[in-house]
Amino acid sequence: MSGLDGSTLAAAMGRLRSDFPVLQQNINGHPLVYLDNGASSQRPLAVIEAERHYASHLHSNVHRGVHSLSALATDAFEGARDNVRRFLNARSTREIIFTRGTTESINLVAQSYGRSRLGVGDEILITALEHHSNIVPWQMVCAATGATLKVAAINRRGELDLSSFKAALSAQTRLVATSHVSNALGSVLPVAEIVALAHAQGVPVLLDGAQAIPHLTIDVQALDCDFYAFSGHKLYGPDGIGVLYGRESLLEAMPPWQGGGDMILSVSFTGTTYNQLPYKFEAGTPHISGAIGLGVAIDYVSKIGLPAIAAWEQHLLEYATTQLSTIEGLTIIGTAADKASLVSFTVEGIHPHDLGTILDQSGIAIRTGHHCAMPVMQFFGLPATARASFAFYNTTDEIDQLVIAVQSAQRLFR
Amino acid sequence: MDLKDLYRDVILDHNKTPRHRGTLPPPARVAQGHNPLCGDQLTVYALMDGDILKEVRFEGSGCAISVASASLMTEAVKGKSQAEIAHLFKAIHDLLTRADAPIPASLGKLAALSGVREFPARVKCASLCWHTLNQALAGADAPITTE
Repeated sequence: MSGLDGSTLAAAMGRLRSDFPVLQQNINGHPLVYLDNGASSQRPLAVIEAERHYASHLHSNVHRGVHSLSALATDAFEGARDNVRRFLNARSTREIIFTRGTTESINLVAQSYGRSRLGVGDEILITALEHHSNIVPWQMVCAATGATLKVAAINRRGELDLSSFKAALSAQTRLVATSHVSNALGSVLPVAEIVALAHAQGVPVLLDGAQAIPHLTIDVQALDCDFYAFSGHKLYGPDGIGVLYGRESLLEAMPPWQGGGDMILSVSFTGTTYNQLPYKFEAGTPHISGAIGLGVAIDYVSKIGLPAIAAWEQHLLEYATTQLSTIEGLTIIGTAADKASLVSFTVEGIHPHDLGTILDQSGIAIRTGHHCAMPVMQFFGLPATARASFAFYNTTDEIDQLVIAVQSAQRLFR
Repeated sequence: MDLKDLYRDVILDHNKTPRHRGTLPPPARVAQGHNPLCGDQLTVYALMDGDILKEVRFEGSGCAISVASASLMTEAVKGKSQAEIAHLFKAIHDLLTRADAPIPASLGKLAALSGVREFPARVKCASLCWHTLNQALAGADAPITTE
């Protein structure tokens, strides 16, 4: 089924949706319309079955036992790592570290790379579009090392202001950390330019790919980024599993950030020799079933094809933007020229939380609030927005239902 | 669930036209409330005359439930003694959290908030103003949160 374009994906929609048990249910008496994929996407049966199969037939600890189950579990776990490597086009599985999610991946870089290299006078450069998880870890490192956090500005459309970024990139910058796609607004950041500008000054770049990974084809060699972080549960995989891609030469030079089993070669009371990559950064028993589930999710997405997914999602984005714009009093927040398939909006006279409750009564799940991006909300002078975020399994019919539900909320609040 | 159970006319009216919105100068006591989940910010001003809450105002942004609850609260507590307010607080707390609690007639218009208990995610929206008022009456300075 590879090589689908957007319209053939649409033709296969019935079959694709039937892969997702969650979508086959009523919520508050209405068929679920799940438009909160930016927070977490749903899992196909293949992923659910893979986790179940692991727990039923393969479960054991990895990298430890000589017995058959341990070997089977290790093969499945390491096979998933290779799936991730292929999906990101990384050079080696040594560059693929399993974590609990994007947040832990960023914290790993902050605590290991940041703490070991930063000092007073050094700067970390982020953007004004960041999720809290790409702000707070750097604030913590700055507090511990005396480094300074710099923030590149955005414009009223929610796009990165590249001139502000250039101005903020200084001789003191030691790391650039930026989202690939904004979770609050959907803006796609100009990561190629960001990486080129940073590398011209010898500064490594971390990309927070939490919102990009289900929508864009990621090739870490083409991007030439130094770190790439993402979560399994936003890619139709399990929660509690995520990935940090890191350039091997950087990872080699970085100290471990957590100590424990699996990350060592030998331990005595006089000293410890750390394990090789990627295990040096994977202390303790990992989330084995989560990694296996993520590997299957990657197979599932790859079979449909990210180009087809992206084409259909762009159609959904355009349709939603057009339809929502017909509603009087509705304002779309974030109008970047390059956007992933999510729409953040406000409705005059209705607080986003009231809208969220009202839509939920029609079975429509959206996110309302500050989206863990309070600085973005402050920039637009808003306490909160409503956000509809689309996956490939969403339909234009569902967007029509969203529009109808917003209009009925307006009638209720008139 | 009928949305009109939550968004009753009294609630919608107080959301659209909040009563006692504004500030009071010192010596009125001030307290700030914050619901980090949704970003609601609320400030309550309370001017005492002995044991009696002589004047009360609130300002801030929030959802219809939080604004209407604050507006209804100011109407209910103005002119009451601290003991009467504490009694109302207990009654409103039961109203918002206990599905089987009978609704005392003494609650008056506040009874319009009874639909909130069917929406557990929204209870904090309705209770934030009451916690903030308590804080103001207690004279404590630190901002309070619902978390």
